[in-house]
Amino acid sequence: MKILIILPVIIPLGAAIVLLLTLRWQKVQWIISVFSAVAQLIVAVLLLKFVSQNGIQTIQVGNWEAPFGISFVADLLSAVMVVLAGLMGVTVTIYSILGIDSRRQSFGYFPLINILLMGVCGAFLTGDVFNLYVWFEVMLMSSFVLMVLGGERAQMEGGVKYVTLNLLSSALFLSGLGILYGEVGTLNMADLAYKLSLSPKSYLVNIPAMLFFTAFGIKAAIFPLFFWLPASYHTPPAATSAIFTGLLTKVGVYSLVRSFTLFFVQDAEFNHALILILAGLTMLIGVLGAASQYEFRRILSFHTISQIGYMIMGLGLFTTLALAGTIIFFIHHSLVKTNLFLISGVVNRLQGTYNLKNLGGLYTTFPFLALLFVIAAFSLAGIPPLSGFWAKFILIKAGLETGHYFIVSIALVVSILTLYSMTKIWNEAFWKKQPDEQPGEAPAMIARLSANEYFSLIFPIALLALITIIVGLFTEPLFELARRAAQQLMNPSEYVRAVLGVEL
Amino acid sequence: METLIAILIGILYAAGIYSMLRRSLMKLVIGLILISQATNLLIFDAAGLTRAQPPLVPEGLSAPVGPYADPFPQALILTAIVISFGVLAFVLVLMHRTYKTIGTDDLDEMRGTDL
Repeated sequence: MKILIILPVIIPLGAAIVLLLTLRWQKVQWIISVFSAVAQLIVAVLLLKFVSQNGIQTIQVGNWEAPFGISFVADLLSAVMVVLAGLMGVTVTIYSILGIDSRRQSFGYFPLINILLMGVCGAFLTGDVFNLYVWFEVMLMSSFVLMVLGGERAQMEGGVKYVTLNLLSSALFLSGLGILYGEVGTLNMADLAYKLSLSPKSYLVNIPAMLFFTAFGIKAAIFPLFFWLPASYHTPPAATSAIFTGLLTKVGVYSLVRSFTLFFVQDAEFNHALILILAGLTMLIGVLGAASQYEFRRILSFHTISQIGYMIMGLGLFTTLALAGTIIFFIHHSLVKTNLFLISGVVNRLQGTYNLKNLGGLYTTFPFLALLFVIAAFSLAGIPPLSGFWAKFILIKAGLETGHYFIVSIALVVSILTLYSMTKIWNEAFWKKQPDEQPGEAPAMIARLSANEYFSLIFPIALLALITIIVGLFTEPLFELARRAAQQLMNPSEYVRAVLGVEL
Repeated sequence: METLIAILIGILYAAGIYSMLRRSLMKLVIGLILISQATNLLIFDAAGLTRAQPPLVPEGLSAPVGPYADPFPQALILTAIVISFGVLAFVLVLMHRTYKTIGTDDLDEMRGTDL
């Protein structure tokens, strides 16, 4: 069963190769993409089940023993993230069949999505810091191309900022990695945790810790480093934005969680206090940025930043309950924010614009879409009994238990402001009458979607909305899973034992 | 020697950041190249420089003896060089396409997506 650990990387790689060879046949591309995405989701669920029953699983690539070769490690957090990646893969692939124009498809959209999924899953599963860097680059390379695929002016402008800041972040990551190797002499995550726990407090380790924090912070878009995100995430087609927001920023947060629970724990008071302060600022600035926007996807991009703040908050509080909240938030945010981006794509398909001022009347023309939007938007704002309520509830409870009242009050205020933004989209796009005068561009309006479009565009949205409701109504088993994953994070000895076979 | 290279790395980082902060697309690329080179040197330097001691296992033994150069950072740098080569090739094409599409290489004029 060890093959399960590596399959989430191999399946998209194989699919990407076949897809590149069959680039000329569009229907073949669709079939292979959907097939491989579903296969990946099934493998991911099997992996989660296996890890949940048998504890942390490792595989040593090439059979080189642990600190010398590259380890792949699947603990519960990794397995949950891989399942999320699989789910995003399935929904976005189905949506892309008609949501992405055939010109972009003929330039290799589907192979790129598969390589992106490979990079993301690799980053979730690797147990080696340098290997994490390599997976980052795989993921970034395909995301760069996806970002500018199509070559529109806005995409180019957004792309330059996205590429530059992400390359800078990679360079910082690599610098930190070099210093860390010079200091500790290993790059295997479990070995790092082991060696750093043996040595007395080493001050030079704080330098790579902060370099890693900055590098992952750029990728996760936390407070002073987020400016590339709202400048670029709304430029590619909606399906691409959806998978970016659902997965790419998560990889940054995942890496933060992994490194600051596993090996950068020597100076926890300082690190986690810093993370907590930045979490509060990220939440607040993100949501305030969204309040001033009138472009559908820019509002959603700013909200992504604010939600990243919540995830980081769980890491900053650094208790089992708080980390469980972070993990629930990972699940909740991937489901909901991806869904909102997909909905924005359908809105654009119907009315030809993303500008809220020119939109309107969708409640009368397409009530089902309005319903789906309400589910996702209410969940994002944290209305019970949807998934967002539980995610925020657990985080806030963890904050109250540890006596961090200030961050809890910020989280609550941000929640209300999120509701304000969602109400704004609801009022402007769905509730108000469609404005007669269309200033500027004359949008291409269509009255209704065809049956094929119904399947390709609405089905993934409805599926994600359904999962959001199920997660909200049956949180108990999911919370139990998240709590166990958080226990593994808070107590890294199990991880070290699984990889190295030594006691921490 | 390590101090000297450390100073060189600092200069490269400073020059790279300075170039990136200029307004021209081309200088942005040059800045990125300088920073990625500085990073490669940093890995090399941080792991310690050892002269003329190849990590070879003498016949009849199972591990190299005495002080020997650590081969691991060199493997890391080799990987990093290959990756940065690919990435920079993409960046050059991107900058060229951007220049063709927008008609300027002034970064201050690329603010259409900011507000």
